[in-house]
Amino acid sequence: MASGTEVTPTSYMSHHLTNLTSSIGDGAFWTLHVDTLVMALLTGIVSFGFLGWVVRGATSAVPGKRQAFVELAVEFIDEQVKSAFHGDRHAFVAPAALTVFIWVFMMNAMDFLPVDIMAWIYERLGLHNWRSVPTADVNTTFALALSVWLLMIFFNIKVKGLGGWIHELVCSPFGKNPLLWPVNILFNLVEYVSKPLSHSLRLYGNIYAGEIIFLLLGMWAATGLSGTVFGTLLGAGWAIFHILIVTLQAFIFMMLTVVYLSMAHESH
Amino acid sequence: MNINFTLISQAMAFAIFIWFTVRFVWPPLMRAIETRQKTIADGLAAGERGKRELELASQRSADVVRDAKQRASDIIAQAEKRAAQIVDEAKGAAEDEGARILAGKKAEVEQEVFRAREALRQQVADLALAGASKILRREVDAKTHADLLASIKAEL
Repeated sequence: MASGTEVTPTSYMSHHLTNLTSSIGDGAFWTLHVDTLVMALLTGIVSFGFLGWVVRGATSAVPGKRQAFVELAVEFIDEQVKSAFHGDRHAFVAPAALTVFIWVFMMNAMDFLPVDIMAWIYERLGLHNWRSVPTADVNTTFALALSVWLLMIFFNIKVKGLGGWIHELVCSPFGKNPLLWPVNILFNLVEYVSKPLSHSLRLYGNIYAGEIIFLLLGMWAATGLSGTVFGTLLGAGWAIFHILIVTLQAFIFMMLTVVYLSMAHESH
Repeated sequence: MNINFTLISQAMAFAIFIWFTVRFVWPPLMRAIETRQKTIADGLAAGERGKRELELASQRSADVVRDAKQRASDIIAQAEKRAAQIVDEAKGAAEDEGARILAGKKAEVEQEVFRAREALRQQVADLALAGASKILRREVDAKTHADLLASIKAEL
């Protein structure tokens, strides 16, 4: 909200939904959303730094409250992974699931920061455009989903071998008959394309929509007394409901990651 | 919705965070948890064993007490029997002793009586002999009638 100029709904929305970009080369691709990257790194460093700090002082005797809290989260993830993945989950899949859950949850949770107060603070820091929620940027969710997708292909090849994987692409799910090969390939292609798309867009859509609703309620709150009252009430209600969405979306994203990696380990 | 280099930077960050968790967070925490689980399981097992041992010990101690009671009552019964026996023996011995003393005394008395009777008989014979000799002083010669006198003495 630049001072001195008239704030219209359009400028308000676009102000809140514009990333702070930095160009690192020629072309549209070579730009960087500084806010997304910084907030993602910040949440990641804070949460994994916390985990690392707690684990470094972890004891196998009676745990303190901090360690018990971390263990609670870790064992919750471990239980979920155990039910979906049958193999040595401790080597990679379970810690990766923990990473995904904690990081996505923390990035989603940035949605709880009140948009306009944060915008005011960022303005004072000299940041005109700054979006707090990394997962409301499609780049983040695609980055995560594509990483999982690559891991999926990596584990497919690692477990079944390159030949085994290609055999599966060609012969599964309908059968070995050469007449069915094109259908199988088409089917698998659709599956391999739709997996990262649905994986990333589900998270992005939910969090982005949540942010938009906060912005709309913020705009309503500026329209007068009744707008302020209802904007506040509904904003509080939406924030409470958002606790569920934030956790649920992080959980869904984590579960899908585990399921995809688990499917990569199993032969059909 | 514009895809740009942010995606690659985020993917790199993601890879680093996964590496960190896989390397530094998960294994030590799991180790701590598993060690604790083992400690707790061991503790529970030890408790169970202790309970069982206590049960066994109390059973054994009850056995020992019952045995001791049995033995004590046996000893008491034996002692009572022995005491009764001793009393009986003493009674028997006393009776025997009494009987023996009585018999001895009786024999002594009989002997005394016999001896007195002998003495008396001697005296009576002497008296009779004296009386007869006094009467028959003149006609009876003690020497000649000695065997007659002796036969009289023996009849008395």
